[in-house]
Amino acid sequence: MSVRLRPAIFLVLLLVLWQAAVWRHPHQLLPGPWKTAGGIADLVHHGLLVKYVVASLFRVTWGFFLAVVLAIPLGLAIGWYRRAEMAFNPILQILRPISPLAWIPIAILWFGVGDLAAVFLIFIGCFLPLLLAVINAVHGVPAVYLNAGRNFGLGPIALMRRVLYPAIVPRLMTALRITLGVAWLVVVAAEMIAVNSGLGFLIVDARNAGNRYDLVVAGMVLIGVVGLLLDAGIRSLEKAKALGWAYAEDH
Amino acid sequence: MATTKVALEPNTPTAALSAKLRVNKVNMTFNRDGQRLSVLDNIDLEVADGEFVCILGPSGCGKSTLLSAIAGFLTPTSGQITIDGEAVRGPDPRRIFVFQERGVFPWLTVAGNIGFGLAKLKRAERTERVQRYIQMVGLEGFEKSYPHELSGGMKQRVEVARALAVNPDILFLDEPFGALDSITRMVMRGELLRIWEAERKTILFVTHDIDEAVQLADRVVVMSARPGRIQQIVPIDIAHPRDISSPHYLELRDGILNQIGLAHHL
Repeated sequence: MSVRLRPAIFLVLLLVLWQAAVWRHPHQLLPGPWKTAGGIADLVHHGLLVKYVVASLFRVTWGFFLAVVLAIPLGLAIGWYRRAEMAFNPILQILRPISPLAWIPIAILWFGVGDLAAVFLIFIGCFLPLLLAVINAVHGVPAVYLNAGRNFGLGPIALMRRVLYPAIVPRLMTALRITLGVAWLVVVAAEMIAVNSGLGFLIVDARNAGNRYDLVVAGMVLIGVVGLLLDAGIRSLEKAKALGWAYAEDH
Repeated sequence: MATTKVALEPNTPTAALSAKLRVNKVNMTFNRDGQRLSVLDNIDLEVADGEFVCILGPSGCGKSTLLSAIAGFLTPTSGQITIDGEAVRGPDPRRIFVFQERGVFPWLTVAGNIGFGLAKLKRAERTERVQRYIQMVGLEGFEKSYPHELSGGMKQRVEVARALAVNPDILFLDEPFGALDSITRMVMRGELLRIWEAERKTILFVTHDIDEAVQLADRVVVMSARPGRIQQIVPIDIAHPRDISSPHYLELRDGILNQIGLAHHL
């Protein structure tokens, strides 16, 4: 048996067990895989599957993108200038333990019910962890690289662009991967409250509008699959040749 | 040092010759756990243009601190360091510091590393210059390799080439071959001498290896530890390539060994 096939076979086995359990106890409160597949087929039939997945991905993309383009330069600057860090650190440490979901009322107050509120929540969920990761990564850059950069006459901006930034890329990739996972968690919660499309909305709506638990579980399965694909996508970036040094034993 | 072909006249430049670099009464104290720790004590040193000077001493004698101060990475507690009559105020591309091979940027290829200091040149000129120094250090064929694919000696060559490519007046080398195996170290010394003879840069070379110092330098600055002082400056008046079994070589080497033994009560 091929090693690659084993997980697939195990998955099929679990699905069979799930289906068998539902057959034995038909009145339990969970639809089986067969019914769930039917729910997904229903979504496809009504053109909702693509629509909802795209809606959720759209919000994640914007929230995540904004967080990345702001957190990287800001993190480089704060990590580089010790004084800036001393100034920012208390507020960052206070904001950090606040769940992005706690911002939901504020998001709706500021942006109303709609895409903007959801994008804002994802931004909040991604920005702080990314910023802190970048600041920490900057502290981990060996002084020898900075000294070499300064020796070749680089000013602060050039030093950040040509030395600090490339030096933190491996740690940044890990942070991006974790943060994208957070973004995908937050979008579902945001969509349950702040908008009327997307996979989170699907789950709440399916329950409210007639207890369609097959659609609820279908939504959960889709969230899991899309999350897996996102993670695989960002992981493939880590394999770039220019990043090989980060995983070499000695550099 | 069998790799060097050009014999040099024994040159023992004295301070009377045009001094490229002047270290004048430099002191350095660090605060460690509230205690003042004197690392450099009243260092006076002059180095002539094109001279190869080795700073020799055991670890902890302050020789690396002295080199970092001359390179502008550290500011002395008191005293002046001037290069071409100008006070040193920070690192400068006219004088490049070569860290062991740790200073090579792992995210750039060999060509990218060597061209790092050449961002202001036009592309064609930069490519030409990079190629010239790749040849000089014998790394043809490795242009597109990343440092983690290279051996320690090759990484060291990349760093030397990166330094030379910006055409500096002075090279600072801090135990550059310390992490290499002994055969590679011998080869690298030969290469460095060959490059020095071709380009005539002023070189300050920090080492704890007496043989290395006597094989390479025009003058060996022997330092003693805690606080770091200059114990003696020994001119090595032997032409390159040096015969490392000649009586004069051995005499100089044993003299320095004695000095170090005296300085450190071995």
